[in-house]
Amino acid sequence: MTTVASTGSAPKSLPLILARELASNLATPIFLIDATGTLVFYNDAAALLIGKPFAELGEIPALEFGAVLEMSEPDGSPVRRRDTPAGIAFSHRRPAHRTLVATGYDGVRRVVEVTAFPLFGAAEELHGVVNVFWEQAATGGGV
Amino acid sequence: MRARVGGCRGSLAAPGADTVRYGGNTSCVEVRLDSEHTLVLDAGTGMRSLGVAMQSESAHELHVFLTHLHLDHLQGLGFFRPLFRAGTDVHLWGPASPVQSLADRIAIYLSPPLFPVRLGDIPARLTFHDAPEEAVTIGSATVRAAKVTHQGPTVGYRIEEGGTTLAYLPDHEPSLGVELSEEPSAWISGHGVADEADVLFHDAQYRDDEYLHHVGWGHSCIDHVIAFARKARVRTLVLFHHDPYHTDEQLEELLTDARRRWPGAEEQVCLAQEGMTIELDCDGVRRSPTPG
Repeated sequence: MTTVASTGSAPKSLPLILARELASNLATPIFLIDATGTLVFYNDAAALLIGKPFAELGEIPALEFGAVLEMSEPDGSPVRRRDTPAGIAFSHRRPAHRTLVATGYDGVRRVVEVTAFPLFGAAEELHGVVNVFWEQAATGGGV
Repeated sequence: MRARVGGCRGSLAAPGADTVRYGGNTSCVEVRLDSEHTLVLDAGTGMRSLGVAMQSESAHELHVFLTHLHLDHLQGLGFFRPLFRAGTDVHLWGPASPVQSLADRIAIYLSPPLFPVRLGDIPARLTFHDAPEEAVTIGSATVRAAKVTHQGPTVGYRIEEGGTTLAYLPDHEPSLGVELSEEPSAWISGHGVADEADVLFHDAQYRDDEYLHHVGWGHSCIDHVIAFARKARVRTLVLFHHDPYHTDEQLEELLTDARRRWPGAEEQVCLAQEGMTIELDCDGVRRSPTPG
């Protein structure tokens, strides 16, 4: 299995470009992670979850993403990054789906259905992960 | 290196009195390297005349780089005379597929009932390669491919030799869903192929008003190709893949429109023309004939 590096100003691979174009035109929150684990894009709907637009935060290394959008179990216990759908899709190269709670900069806890799946190219190389959130309902005030 | 256009029409060969000035043959560009290696970009109907010209040569190794396998980029292969010369090594490069090998996909065309000769009966030694996403060295040049936005698996090619760069993106719709002028370069399809190229051959199939009826078909209009070329800071832009319905006069109107959109760089924008040659070296870029 090979991976395709794409961080910073290096040209992005076509699967990532097309995924970004799709995400940019949807009202569903979508986060794109490249093959190195860097969050390279999120759309405007995802910016509503985080509380800040992508243009303000830019690309975010995997280790720092937890500080931007905190993910927890529905009972409030923390979830390990590798156990999130994105972590599973990235590490195990397979789709994953879970119900989690996302807390962004505004402190609002949102119950979200999260689906993540890997993007494989024609030679089965990994280009990244698409991470889709569906908000169920707001659950109240700040943490 | 020296590039010679064998065909620059898009989609379908379009011979006739209305297209005689710029030519009716489909995509094929020969690139001669300083090391005397020969590369052929795409195998449209323009490949036939290139093959005729190569008959008297003793070249034993040729590299054919296919951007994709639509017929207008493949149809000349069966009429390329070096293929019918035993002892010639022909390397065919094309976009990878998770489903079928390049040879199997090309054989769909080169077999009955679509073509009388089977791929396996071609006398030349054929070697098939996935388009190189890491640069490969051929003679004095390096060649690198990248997947680009078009219908089906498609790549563009970047050829570098002695500090000069030729980029080839004959079928490309980088604007799909985005505003090119506002997009970060890294997120534009094909940018890595074209970035600061001395010469860029680029899809320019449609007028802007025509494009409105062809969004998603995989081709560019003049507004897009100019925005793409400016963003990539290319030095010479060759408008390529002419629409089969466009006459010579219409192409020249399109060129006028393109030059108007790139003030100060008017002489750097031209129409691809059958038989046109472009030489690239440390002294710059020279076109012949100089299109109007």
